[in-house]
Amino acid sequence: MSRVSERAREVAGSVTDPEMPMLTLHDLGVLREVEVVGPRHVVVDITPTYSGCPAMATMRDDLVRVLQQAGFDDVDVRVRLEPAWTTDWITPEGRSALAAAGISPPGPARSSDGPIPLTLSPTARMIRCPQCDSSATELVSEFGSTSCKALYRCAACLEPFDHVKEI
Amino acid sequence: MGDLHTSAEDEHDSAYAGLLVNDSHWAFGTDFEDPLAGVDTTIPEGTDAETLAAYALMLGDDALVMSHRISEWTSHAPDLEDDIALSNIALDLLGQARLLLARAAKADESIVPVLPDGSPVPAEDALAFFREAHQFRNVRFTELDNGDFGEAVVRVLLFSIWRLAIWEQLRSSRDNVLAAVAHKGVKELAYHRDYAARWFVTLAQGTEESRARLLAAFEALWPLWPELFDSHPSESAAAASGVGVDPSTVRPSAEATLDLVLEAAGVDRPDAPRRAGVLGRTGRDGMHGEPLSRLLADMQSVARAHPQGQW
Repeated sequence: MSRVSERAREVAGSVTDPEMPMLTLHDLGVLREVEVVGPRHVVVDITPTYSGCPAMATMRDDLVRVLQQAGFDDVDVRVRLEPAWTTDWITPEGRSALAAAGISPPGPARSSDGPIPLTLSPTARMIRCPQCDSSATELVSEFGSTSCKALYRCAACLEPFDHVKEI
Repeated sequence: MGDLHTSAEDEHDSAYAGLLVNDSHWAFGTDFEDPLAGVDTTIPEGTDAETLAAYALMLGDDALVMSHRISEWTSHAPDLEDDIALSNIALDLLGQARLLLARAAKADESIVPVLPDGSPVPAEDALAFFREAHQFRNVRFTELDNGDFGEAVVRVLLFSIWRLAIWEQLRSSRDNVLAAVAHKGVKELAYHRDYAARWFVTLAQGTEESRARLLAAFEALWPLWPELFDSHPSESAAAASGVGVDPSTVRPSAEATLDLVLEAAGVDRPDAPRRAGVLGRTGRDGMHGEPLSRLLADMQSVARAHPQGQW
């Protein structure tokens, strides 16, 4: 990789997620490809986390601004829908950053290839409280403050916390 | 690197930072000029553009109208958790609608309402905000007025079971966009379905009051369930060319899933007959009830009053 490509990748990879600013787009796995296609012209591919993710436009704007500040005058941000984003793409660094911010990182995603079986009992997850590390945690709701999170509470320290749900 | 990282964080931390940037855009969209930018929207060989557009429009309208109905629960649900859950479900469906309407418009521009030159309204928003009720192709099930929370549970359950059964097949669509939307959508719809299924069992096994309300809602929605599996000529054509799914073919798997929920809940299928169309025409033909007109008046009035609105 040439130095200029490396630099474009570094700069794009430093942009943070608007809703979870402890994560870079690289750590979140949203940033799929950064390619320098001409002098000062870079093309960035991002993959949405959820179909209705309202943060996509902000991510695009942030990428354009930061890359332009770094001297790339032409920035094209494209959407890549396939393959669909999965929480398995969140990097180990990203998982540590989530936990450090009090958000429980996702476990491995369940396969979504064949028919998706109905589950009538709440999703069973072995989750430790990101505040006190207790395993006495319980699910409050499969839907949380953003599309990508479920809401939990800890029975030991009584604190509520978010868990990034596996998709 | 370090400096850039910090500056990006600062921008998110300051509510005023964005005010210094001239990023005015049309007031009613989400400001990603083209949700399919960079996606390969080539129409698969042997598929007719009109067929693909008509089919994508149906799927998009189902999601849009259902999303609007569910979004009416925002700030009205019985508790905060379910308020958030229903709002998230509405948001996922709105996202699906946006991609599908954009896909339809890209395949066949002639379906997009014509707006004055220089209009800032993107194609998918023109489809959402500037069509009349008779131009919508959603199944009538999605447009009914909301009832109580039990009704919302039954509505989300039946809709998600049906849509997920279609989406599982749609993943192998020959159209890249529909296949990608389906791959993403199955994960979302599985969450919606399971959420509603758990509530269905909880309400059925709860108090006399909760069970009675759930059963009343189930009975009221049941007459519109068969319409979900009708094969409209546009759907058959899309299925025949390998881009779509004929809904009649997913009925057995959808019914099997529903039976699992009913068994766990101890609820029998209602006995109510299907609701007839009007001279044989139903939602897919543009034949809708008064609730859709009221829904559209609510959803479209501001955009229509300020079609050039920017902020």
